[in-house]
This record gives sequence, structure tokens and C-alpha cells, in this order.
Amino acid sequence: MKVLEVINLEKSFGGVKAVDDVSFFIEQGETFGIIGPNGAGKTTLFNLISGIYTPDNGKIIFKGKDITGFMPYKLSHIGIARTFQNMRLFGSLTVLENILSAVLSKRPYNIFQAVFRTNGYTKGEKNAYNMARELIDFFGLNEKADYPANSLSYGEQRRLELARALATGPSLMLIDEPGAGMNPKEIGDLASMIKTIKDKFSVTIAIIEHQMNLIMNISDRIMAMDFGEVITTSTPQEVKKDKRVIEAYLGEELD
Amino acid sequence: MEQISYILQQVVNGIQLGAVYALIALGYTMVYGVLRLINFAHGDVFMLGAFVAYFLISKFGLPVYLVFILTMVSCALVGYVIEKVAYKPLRDAPKISLLITAVGVSLFLEYFLSLKALFTPNYIPFPKPFEIETYDLSFFVITNVQLLIFIITFISLFILYLLIYKTRYGIAMRAVSYDKETASLMGVGIDGIISFTFIIGASLAGVGGILYGIAYPQINVFMGIMPGIKSFIAAVLGGIGIIHGAVVGGLIIGLCEVFVSAFLSSTFRDGVIFIILFAVLLFRPMGIFGKRIEKV
Amino acid sequence: MRFLKESKQFLVVAFIIYVILKALFVFGVASSYIQQIVQYAVIIALTSIGLNIIYGFTGQFSLGHAAFYGIGAYTSAYLTKVLGIDSLFSYIPVLMACSVISGLIGFLIGIPILKLKDDFLAIATLGFGTLVRVFFDNSDKISDVLGGSRGFVGIPKITNLELVLFFTLFIIVITRHMINSRFGLFWRCIKDDELAASSIGINTANMKLMAFTYGCMLAGFGGAFYANLYTFLHPSNFDILKSIDFLIIVIIGGMGNIVGTILASFIWVGFIEGLRIILPSEVLDIRWVVIPILLIFIMMWRPYGIMAKKTK
Repeated sequence: MKVLEVINLEKSFGGVKAVDDVSFFIEQGETFGIIGPNGAGKTTLFNLISGIYTPDNGKIIFKGKDITGFMPYKLSHIGIARTFQNMRLFGSLTVLENILSAVLSKRPYNIFQAVFRTNGYTKGEKNAYNMARELIDFFGLNEKADYPANSLSYGEQRRLELARALATGPSLMLIDEPGAGMNPKEIGDLASMIKTIKDKFSVTIAIIEHQMNLIMNISDRIMAMDFGEVITTSTPQEVKKDKRVIEAYLGEELD
Repeated sequence: MEQISYILQQVVNGIQLGAVYALIALGYTMVYGVLRLINFAHGDVFMLGAFVAYFLISKFGLPVYLVFILTMVSCALVGYVIEKVAYKPLRDAPKISLLITAVGVSLFLEYFLSLKALFTPNYIPFPKPFEIETYDLSFFVITNVQLLIFIITFISLFILYLLIYKTRYGIAMRAVSYDKETASLMGVGIDGIISFTFIIGASLAGVGGILYGIAYPQINVFMGIMPGIKSFIAAVLGGIGIIHGAVVGGLIIGLCEVFVSAFLSSTFRDGVIFIILFAVLLFRPMGIFGKRIEKV
Repeated sequence: MRFLKESKQFLVVAFIIYVILKALFVFGVASSYIQQIVQYAVIIALTSIGLNIIYGFTGQFSLGHAAFYGIGAYTSAYLTKVLGIDSLFSYIPVLMACSVISGLIGFLIGIPILKLKDDFLAIATLGFGTLVRVFFDNSDKISDVLGGSRGFVGIPKITNLELVLFFTLFIIVITRHMINSRFGLFWRCIKDDELAASSIGINTANMKLMAFTYGCMLAGFGGAFYANLYTFLHPSNFDILKSIDFLIIVIIGGMGNIVGTILASFIWVGFIEGLRIILPSEVLDIRWVVIPILLIFIMMWRPYGIMAKKTK
């Protein structure tokens, strides 16, 4: 089953086509890699799918439903989560609060229940707390639970952002360059973590990454982009061999 | 016939007020361009200009041209110091901190000058630097004060144009407004440009202050608040960061204010200006001359 | 009493303070002027908590808070005078009406302007404040009772210490429940990073509007109490400078700190009103020269306020 289908998507900024007639689909349960040189339009594509930009043209279909032009919060509610290239955590909130906010955004209780502290409120808060604790545990952030997010190390922040995205209960996760600034050892850990996330939380994953060994390792299929267009979509082995991909990366190493 | 000449008369009066707003609006728009800051203290630099001129004329009886030069120099100095002392230490702080600091500077200037030992919070009559003459041009009358305002504003704008488009500093300033990071990578000294911007903006506000004092000869330490806010609205109306936008915006705001006073009631003039502001922010936030930019 | 559980400590302290104040009032140690100032400080605290929700928690910089305070004040003044209200019992519905009207106007104006950020929001709220001021100045053209620029006179005196204090405590309990629920959490998320907040499923536009409306409602309550405490209103009591007062209180009290806001309100009112009895007027004028300098220093060293909660 197709979880996501993107049809003839277009977006321009000041006359420059950042995303130009892009079409692809993502199957349920797969890991879909997106590669391309800087400025190829990968992040713009994520911003379009997660509702931060509205496309000039084209359609985005999620689980058979046209979601083009939906607001980001609504997309989160129907099951699309994302992380950001430059990590956008709530820096002054604690690790626990960062995750709780994502869990609680699913509206477990209303304002009157909150003001009058009814059973609905207590139950909603308790469930959310338990779920957040589970996630904190899974991502090994137990010791840091009560620390503000901006006091965490780089690697911990990356993990927290993944945890926060998962806390929204997504069926599709868009992960934007999780490996940026990591050493080979950390990249290895990240690869196995993403695989575990996929199995444990049964999510479909779309991932943008520059670290070739990471993306080739975890992806089922890879789409290569350049100048806002799709060059090819294929298995990692095929993509690696593709002449146009190599040309696009000319000067950059493909290892 | 009478109606037409009444309208023409209001146009002349509106341009008189609008010219002063334009001079202040230029400072707002240039500072916003380089710092992305609403310099709330700018209206007070305008007030300071009026007070310096008051002081120079009433205490020393200096000739008008010297009053202009000395007032501009004093205001430029104050603008320079404000930036160095209050804004520069907060260059990387949250935007709202900078905004609150600007409000603080504004309050300080107002209340410091309102001390009894200085000017008090009361209205002070502004001395006449020359006798006011009225010329009847059959359709409307024009005073030598209005002519002075038109001429001085025109000269100021011309000099500003030369500074911004023909000097190295001006070109660098426009580069910084356009893209601060790239400009600094290209070797533009940001600090110098910011100081330059404040100096130019403050001198223009000083000129505005003198002209306002001559035209509406009652000055007060709080006189900068409303003209300051209205000039900022003028800058937003014209497109914030755009030089000619500030001039056009200033003239429109001045004309609107005078027309509302003449045909409705002077008590509504501030209200109308703010309704213009809301309309601009909601329907055309980039102003008349601005281009829509989308960014995250 | 599950409703009061979370604020037990706070309420006990508040009650002790009330007993002490009441004793001072009854035994005539505090002059009627001081009694009035204490009530005024509570009113300022209530209104400032409203601004703290808007600015301190949610990060929406408003320079128009005094307008909503003024709307509450004029509404209450009009209703109590025209309806001839004098009992506490019939005053409660008036209070509610004031809060609802302030909140409703905040809600309606918030829908368009809360899309704006930082300095543009500041200018828009400041603009709204000026519009309201123009409205008050011309209010005699609508109804002569409102007084226009002459001021609104002859408002019934209804506010008393018990009423204002216990009502404010009730509001604080409710406010704390909101802050400690998901709504308060969302407000803080929005302040930190609005885009990230929307990406995790928070309807940021709604939450911002909710914070703004609630803050304006509290200002409406505060204004109503103010009108029925001083029995005279003037448009100049609700201008830009008044909005800046509330802003300074929130900054001194610390963004996102309710107890800090209450303390700061008392310090502020004490500083502005209390010193008036002790110091000669020449010295008093210097206050407003010192305050802005302090404000600038606070921004340089403690940009989130003097009593801002320190993170662990």
C-alpha cells in the first residue's frame, strides 16, 4: 500500500524552481532515502509534505487522502511527523516536557477538564507521562529527563528530536539529515537506531541524508534529486551506479 | 471654487506635516534595514532636535543656518551614542530584548529632559527664528515657514540620495540591509555601517525637529512619541527598509492627518492613522513598494 | 478539595498575609491611603499576570495591555453607575461582563494581529491601544455618562480588600491549572519555536489566541476593580505609558513566573505610589529616569527578567 504519493509537485522562490515537477510514492513499511547535492530541493520537499510551504502546483496524497495545503499541526494529527535539519527543539523546556508536549498535542482533555482538575485531566496527564517516560527510556535519555533541551550534547539533542517526533504517534516519519556532524561510530549507531525505530514503532520512514554509507545501508529505495528535479528512483545498488547521479555529485565523493 | 481652494490649502498643510514625517521615517526605515529593529528612541531624537534648536535660538540667538548645522551634529552624536551604549551590547540578544531596550532609551530621554532642573514636562513656546510672512497665491496661501520646510526637506533628501547611492558607505549600507551575512563576508564592516546609519537617521530626525518646532511652535519632552509612531507607520506603509517608500509614506500620512482634521474632527486623526496601519499590516504587510518574500 | 490541592502552599501564605493586612487595617495602623494602595497593587498583579500569560509564557509582545484594562474599567464604570449597583452580590455579574467584553475584543483583534511577530506585533498592539485611547477621549459623543476627555466621574465605590484579594486568588488558582496543563506547556513551546510547535501537532494560531484572550480577560477584571476602587477614570490612565508599566512588572517579575509577577506588582506600586508619601517631589521625578536605565541593564544581564525561573 502506498502511504504517501506525491504528484507533479512544484514550488518556486523568486522565480527559481526549488522543487520542479517531482513525483514519487512511498510504500508502507519501507525506508525511502532521498539524496542530492546541496540546494537540490530535498528540504523544500520535506517542507512541502509537512505543510510548512504550500505547493504552487501538484498534489500530495497521504493514505489515499488529498492533504495538499494542510496546516502542519493537522498533518501531525493524521500521522506525519518530521525532524529538522538544524534541530528545532524547545530549548528552554526540559527533555520530558519536549516529549510531553508532542504526546499531549493529541488533545487528551479540554480546557475545562484542565481548569477544574477532573478525572479526565488526571488520566490524560498520567497516560501522557507514562508514554513520554517510555520514549525517554528507549532513547537512553533517562538521566537527562529534567534538564533543559539546550543543555544536552549534540548527539542527545538528535535523539531527543527523534523521540519527540515519535511521541506524536506517526505512521510516516520525515527525517532530515540526522547524521549531520556525526562521526563514523555515531553513524553506525544511528543506522541501527533507525532500523529499530522502524520495527518497534512500525513507522514508514523518509530520510534525507548526505552520509552515503548511512543511507545506502538503511534505505529500501533511494530517490536522487538535483536542481529540484528527480534524477532517478531505484534500489541503493542501482542508484550508486547511475551515471546521472554520479555526475550530479561530481566533485563530491560517493563512497 | 472656495471648496477647491480649501482643499488645495489642506494639501499644502498636509505636505508640510508629511515632509516632517518623511524626515523621521527615513531614520526608522534605514535602521530597520540594517538592524531589523524598531528604534523606539528615534522619535525622541526628533524631540531632542527641537529642544537643541530651542536652546540655540533662545539662549544664543544663532542664525538659522548655524542652528541647523549644530542641531544635526548634536542629534547625530546622540544617535551614535544610543547605538553604541544601548543597542550594540544586545546585537545577539533575543529580538524582544532589543525592543524593550529601545523603549527604555526612549523613556530615559523623555523623563531625563522633563526633570525640573532641565526643561520640565510642560509645553515651552518655540522662539521665532524669523518673522512669518504669508504669500497669497490666489488659490491658496503659503507661508515662508512652509517654503522653508519644503526647501530644507528637498535639500536633505538630495544629500541623502547622494550619500546612499554615491558613497562607499551608502552602498555598503544598502548591501547590509539586503543581506547582513553576505555583506560581512564581502568585507563590509558592519559596526561602521550601523553607526553611519544611526548618524544619518538621527541628523534627519534633528532637521525634522527644528522644522516641526518652527511650524508648530509649542514644544514638549513628550512631543516625539506620536510623530515618532506615525513616522514609523509611514515607513511601514511605504515598505520598511525602502528609502523612497519612507518619503511617500510620510507624505501620505501627513496628508491623511490634515484631511481628517479638516473634514472630520481632529480628535479622530490618530485613530485614522492606526486604521491605515492595520490595513497595511493585514492586506499588504510589505508596504506600497515592498516585494513579498517567503521565508522560514 | 482537589481544586485547591496544587496551590495549597501558595494559598496558605496568601491567607496569612491577608490576616496581617486586615489587622493593620482594623487597628488603624495603615491609613486609608495605604489601604487603597494595597488593593491597587492586587489589581495591578491580576492585570500583570494577564500580560505574563501573553508575553511571558507565549512570547507575544504586547504594548496594548492597558487598553484591555481600560475597556474593563470603562465597562464596569458604566454598568455600575447606570444600573446603580452597590452590593457585592450584584457586582459579580458585572465583573464577568467586563472580563467577557475585554476578552471578546482581545479575541476579535487577536485573530488578525497575532499573525504578526515581535516588533510588528508591538506596533499593532500599540496602535490598538492608541485607538482605544482615542475612543475614550471621544466617548462623551456616544454617551455623556462616559465623560470623554473630561473623565468618567461618580463611579460607585464597591471594591474592597476581601473582594479583590479573594477573587484574585481564585483567578490565580485557575491560571496555575492552565499553566500546569498541556495548554501552558504549548504556550511555552510556541515561545521557544513556533514552527516546531506546529510540526508536533500544536494548533499554534489557536493557542496564541487563547493565551491572548485569557490575558485580556484578566485585564478586564483588573480594570473593573480599578474603576470601582478609585471612582474616577480618565483616558490618560490607559495610555501607552500604562502598558509599559505592566511590561516592566512582567520583566521584573520574570517571564513565566506568576509569584514573581505578584511580588513585582507590589514592589512597583510601592515604588511609584508608596514613595509619594515619603519623598519630596523633586526626588520623585528621578524615579522615571532611573527605571529606564534599570530596564536596559536588566535586558543586558537578565533578558528573561530578574525573577525569571532558572533552568536546572
